[in-house]
This record gives sequence, C-alpha cells and structure tokens, in this order.
Amino acid sequence: MSTDVMREEGVEVLLMGNEAMARGALEAGVQVAAAYPGTPSSEIIETLARQAETGRLYVEWSTNEKVALEVAAAASFAGLRSLCVMKQNGVNVASDFLLHLGGSGTRGGLVLVTCDDPGALSSVNEGESRHFARLLEIPLLEPGDFQEAKDMVRWAFSLSEEIRNVVMVRSVTRMSHASGNVVLGPLPPRGPKAHFDFSGPPTDPDRGMIISVPVVEKHRGQQAKLHMAQARFEESPFNTYSGPEHPELLLITSSACYLYSREALSLLGVEDRVGLLKMGTTWPLPTEFMTRQLRRADRVLVVEEVIAFLEERVKVLAAEQARRVGIKTFYGKSDGQIPSVGELNPDLVMAAVGRILGVEVPALPAPYQDALRAAAGLAPKRELTFCPGCPHRASFWCINDALRRDDRDGFVCGDIGCYSMATLNPATGYRTTQTLHSMGSGTGLASGFGKLASFGLDQPVLAVCGDSTFYHAVVPALINAVHQESEMTLVILDNCGTAMTGFQSHPGSDVNAQGAPSPVVDAAAVCRAIGAQVVVTDPFDFLETRETLNRLMEEGGVKVLILRQPCALSPEKKGTKDFHMHVETDLCRGDTCGCNRLCTRVFRCPGLIWDEGTGRAEIDEVICVGCGVCADICPADAIVRGEVVRS
Amino acid sequence: MTGTLPHDPYNIIITGVGGQGNVLASRLLANMFVRMGHKVTIGETFGMSQRGGPVMSHIRVSSQGAWSPQIPRAKADLVVALEPAEAIRVLADYGNPGTTSVVNMRPIYPVGVLSGEAEYPAPEKVREVVTALSGRAYFLDATAEAVKLGNPILSNIIMVGAVAGLNALPVDTELFAEAIRQSMPASRVEANLRALAIGEALVT
Repeated sequence: MSTDVMREEGVEVLLMGNEAMARGALEAGVQVAAAYPGTPSSEIIETLARQAETGRLYVEWSTNEKVALEVAAAASFAGLRSLCVMKQNGVNVASDFLLHLGGSGTRGGLVLVTCDDPGALSSVNEGESRHFARLLEIPLLEPGDFQEAKDMVRWAFSLSEEIRNVVMVRSVTRMSHASGNVVLGPLPPRGPKAHFDFSGPPTDPDRGMIISVPVVEKHRGQQAKLHMAQARFEESPFNTYSGPEHPELLLITSSACYLYSREALSLLGVEDRVGLLKMGTTWPLPTEFMTRQLRRADRVLVVEEVIAFLEERVKVLAAEQARRVGIKTFYGKSDGQIPSVGELNPDLVMAAVGRILGVEVPALPAPYQDALRAAAGLAPKRELTFCPGCPHRASFWCINDALRRDDRDGFVCGDIGCYSMATLNPATGYRTTQTLHSMGSGTGLASGFGKLASFGLDQPVLAVCGDSTFYHAVVPALINAVHQESEMTLVILDNCGTAMTGFQSHPGSDVNAQGAPSPVVDAAAVCRAIGAQVVVTDPFDFLETRETLNRLMEEGGVKVLILRQPCALSPEKKGTKDFHMHVETDLCRGDTCGCNRLCTRVFRCPGLIWDEGTGRAEIDEVICVGCGVCADICPADAIVRGEVVRS
Repeated sequence: MTGTLPHDPYNIIITGVGGQGNVLASRLLANMFVRMGHKVTIGETFGMSQRGGPVMSHIRVSSQGAWSPQIPRAKADLVVALEPAEAIRVLADYGNPGTTSVVNMRPIYPVGVLSGEAEYPAPEKVREVVTALSGRAYFLDATAEAVKLGNPILSNIIMVGAVAGLNALPVDTELFAEAIRQSMPASRVEANLRALAIGEALVT
C-alpha cells in the first residue's frame, strides 16, 4: 500500500514492518527473493515484487516454503544476495533443506525472514521459528522496532556473507503488521553477475561443490561460523541497555516485547529502578556482553513471545558464568510471571513488573469502573465467518447436503485456508470438517482413512483443500492415495488464487508474482495424470454439485471434485454485483414457514438479516454482494434475484 | 512540526468490521500525521479479520519515537468506531473518563445475532453506554451519508473527516487530502475528498 518504500536516501517515511524489511533487503542489493505466502509475512515479497520490473531483482511465489528456500539458496550458490520469507510453520516445511543448507554453507548473502504469529491472530498454531535457529545452528536476529527491521535485514546479508551461512531474522505479527517511522538508507548499484563456480576441490567453500558432507567436518565448520557470528554480536548496536547502572531488576527482552516492556516501565514510573536490556542478536547470545549486563542486578526478568527461548539461553549463560555474575533470581515464564501462551502486551508486562517490585498498577476511577461493569457483555461476539458471496459457503452447503443425503456417517478431513472455518459452528449453521492440521494433511489423513475398510470402516471419506494448498502439499498425498488404492474423495475448493493471504498467484495462475504472464499448471490435468477420476463443477450450481458429489461418493477409488468459483474478494469480483437481491416479504412465511430460518440460522450469509419487527428475512444492501446463491436455499422462493441497474 | 499534541503519545483507535475500510482510513490518517512532522506507530489487527471479524487499528502519535503497537488498556484518547457495537467493545478495554468517541451508528450484525443466538444492543443503549464511557461522544450516520455519495465504503473517510472537525488534536485536512491524492487512483479522489468535507461538517 505504501508508495514510500522506494524513496530516496535520508527521507523519513511511515513503513509497515514488512515493508521496512523489504527495503532493508533492497538496500543490501538483494537480487532474488522467494517465498510462499502466509500471514503475517506476505507483504515483504509483495513489496519486492513491485520493484521487479526494474529488472534488478527476480521475485517469485514458490510452490511451498521448502522450494522457496531452495530457489533462494541457488541464487546464493551463484554468488547473488537472496532472501527467503515464510511464516512460522513454513519453517517446519523448509526445515529438512534448512538442516542440510546449514551444513553445506552458502556464498552470496542468504537471509531467511520468518514471521511468527504469537496469539495465532491468523494461524491455527503459535509455533516458534526461533528454535530452528538453535536446532539447526544458524545465527538469529530479532528486530525491536521498525527502523531496526530495515537495518537488521540489511546487516544480515553482510553477516551471512562473512560467515558463509544462512542467517535467520525473526519477526512477529506486531512487528510485521505494525508501522512506524523509518529513515531510508542508500540503494546500491546493480549486483554481480550470477555464476556457479564448482571448478575447485570439493572442500573449497568458494569454488567447490556445495554439500553437507563430510558431515562431521562440515558440522565443525558450521559451529565455527556460529562462533564468528557470536563474536560479531559482542559489539552489535542491536543490543542496547537503558536504565540505572545497577537497577533493582534487569528486564531482558527482544522483538515487539521490547516496545511493550519500555511502555510498561514508563506507565509504572519505574524507569529509575528497572534496567531494560533489549537483545537483537538472540542466538547465540554474546557471552561477554551478557556477562557484563547480568552483573548489573541480582534479579532478572525475561519478557518474550511465545515460549521461553531467550529465558533458557540466559539461564544457561548465567550458570556457565556463575562465578562472574553471581547468584540470580529469575522471573519469566518458568515461574508464571509472564504467560507462556498467547501474545503479550504492555499490560501483562506492567502486571509482572508491578508484582515483582511491589508497585501498584494505576487503576481507573470507581465511577468509570461502574460504567464498565454496566457495559459488560453488551457488545455481541463477532465470530469469524465466510464473506458475503464467498464460494466456500456455497461449497460447504453442497458438501453438507451431499453427506446428509448419503447418510452413511461420511466425514470431511479439513485443511488450511479460509475454509478452515468450516470446522467452526459460527461460519455456517453446521460443522463440516472433522480434522484440521497442517497444509495438505487433510488429503494425507483421507488417504489413511480410506485404507481402513478391512478393519471395518464403512464411512465415506472426504478431504477438502484450496487450490494453492493443492500445489503446496496435497499432490504427494494424492499420489499416495492413488498408488495405495485408497477409497476417498478430494474436493478442491478452487477460488482461483491464494485468497486468504491477499490473492497471491500460484502454479495454477496465469500470472506470476511479478505480474508477468506465466504457464498454468492445470490442477485437473495433474489429478488425472496421477490416476484420479476428476469432475469440475461450479459450487454456485447447488443441484449439479450435490448430485455429482453424491455420485462420486458411491464410486470406488480416488475421486477429485474441483469446485471452481473465484473468491468474492478477488480483483475481478470485488465491487461488482451479479444480481440485485431482494426478499418478497409476501412470500417469506417467517417463523411459520417450517424452514427454521434456513437463511439466517443455517446459511448465515452476513448479507441476509432477520427483521425482528416484521418477522421476515431481509437483504442488507450495504453488505450483500449480489452473488445470488441464497435464492436457491429459500424453500418459499421468497429470495429473488433481480437485475442490477447500472447507473 | 505543526500543532502540539494534547498528550504524548496521543492514542487513537479506529475500530470496525472487516471490509469497512478501517486499514485504509488508519493509513491515510497516519500518513497525514507523519507529514505534519510527528512520529507515528500503527498496530493493526487484520488478516483473518476481513472475514467479518472485528478490526482495530491502534495509532500512536508522538514527538518522540516508536511506541507499543498495542495501546495499553484504558489509554485511548480518541475512539473512531465505524460500527456501534465495536465502539462498546473497544471502550470496554481502552476507554477512560477523558476518551473522545465518534461512532458511526450503522450496525453490521454478527452472524450470531443474525441467527438469533446473540442480541445486538438497541441504538439508545449504544448511545447511553458510549456516553457513560467517554468524556465526549458523537454519534453520526456516516453510512447513510456515504450511500448518498454513491458508495457505503466512504463512511470510513467521513469518519476521519469528523476527527478533523472535532479539534481533539491538531489535524491538517490539506495534508490529509494530499495523502488521499497520493494513494488512490484519480477516479476515486473526488468522492473521497467530498466524504472528508462531509464528515468535518457533521461535527461542526
């Protein structure tokens, strides 16, 4: 959204954390950037993609995170600076390659930006990517504000080139999706020409092959690289201390929690009693720097999201340096002062510091508290739901109907996307999906369920996945199902893009991340080639879709039903109406109909409202997007599709 | 820098429902403050939120630097609610006796209300509660005004116009108009500038 990312050196602009990190990569001269979309990380690549037309860099949405890291690594092996971006669980997907990459090392600077989602604001997990840095022995940086988000990514490229290994920069939702003032730095001239040099002996890091064997020798070298990074961290400007020389309490923090902690100390008025140590280089911790800081106070509080990563490293370091730093009392997640689940905020930090110091947290005046009590519970819960006009609402209506008619206790294995909401009641008046795990897992689970007939399982097995998810992780599971002769039906909810994360392209799109025309990898053709029976229908056509699904459920083997209808928020649909919907109030029989308010209780499109006064359904003109689907659910034919009058 | 802030940081929450243009309104307002020479931190809750969930933007205007992207509880100076129930929800967490509230009275019903499982507060109740939880409170029919302009989404800019009319903090509408011109296609600029002026007139 911001047009300020590309402004000149020295200008101070408002940038989203993700835009700041993209600018940092551009200032480092990044030439290749690859990612799979995932909230809260997607804007980094979107920002870079807008610069791709300059020809200075190549940007792609890769099929999945592992492929993205491989694409970025290839650029590094050819001597270019490259960036790879993913959300927290993407690191799990990429981790096998990352393990071997850490062992083989890199050439051109390679930076992996991971964006974690504490509190799972847009995830079905709050997994931590930081542990991968320690597990796979690569350096880890965490920016503490927006300026640093830019500067740290830029520096990470230099560090990567110096130690010849990948460097991880970890952000969180409140950094990636927050914005702040950033002073821009210079943009470098065009980068080097790409060339993969393998002319030297196998052990030559600059000119040999790039492999992780001989393993023990390479592993030793990898740890030496980590020590080099640690030595750099001793002098890093990203680690700062503010507060009295010898505070009563030393608060150690990183990332967005730095901003929470600074504000908490200010609100409590205890900046003269508590020292604030902000760590930007969180693995490996710089031993001498930390030792000097730990000598300041006997009591130490560690504030971080989500699990105790920094806290445990600080404790290990304090134990190793016990003679120099003395005996400490630690506060944090292990003693429950700081919650070890969910995201933090200034209030949670303030409460913890208040308890430790015995300082009262300021309270609101009593009359205001009375008014708050009177207001409690008045705002109705606003549950997540499918958007008005969403094809998923229609798809699940058909799937649910088909399962009911089939009447053999069939079930659907769910997957990751907007359609995950089909596990929840509020999105529709029924629960359709019964399992929900990682991308592609619905099909893998269905492949397994579909082999249990010999043990007596006689229920029809279905799985759903989105079109982007299909390419990302479903294909291997589908191949497995066909090869193992499993009995299952996969429903691909094809809304023509990676819709949930902001409509990024995928291999089924006819454009790529840079907006250039791109060959389409047709999902139906892929499924047929694998050996599945494939049918494509429009979920807005209820009757055909339901009957097709019922027929497929009767047949043996692996079947794929592709339900194709673009997302209601897709650029081609947004702001357009196919129909002008209205309710014939004479035809709507209200509560006497016997349909039990099918429209508002079960279908639950936000564009349909119930007028308590007249006891009739109504269309909310402001919300309705005119898809026309609800006309087919009303048993009294009271919901009518009208022509759109164009002004 | 133009204009001194009544508090530093001055804390604004723009709240609404996914699809109401909350994020755009907060970016435009924040861009204006940056043009005025302030440091701004915005924290946004979006992502899944375009699927009908509550959306909040926390805007912190300061002469100093970055603040927490989450405003601490009870620390909102100004609440701009694009939807009435969201005004109550936000004030319950972030309101204090000095909070100024501006509320668009057009409800967007949660699915739980549409299905009859939950109740939506009556307009009089919204006014009563918001008034009790605010130092000053203004209630507007921004959506109705926006529909008159030809597009209900313009209610977001009308509400920002109202902020300019309130004089709660120094606002430079000319710089705001500049932010609009820079971030939108030319075809949409005119309607947005009119929305801005309508909002300003609604509270003055």
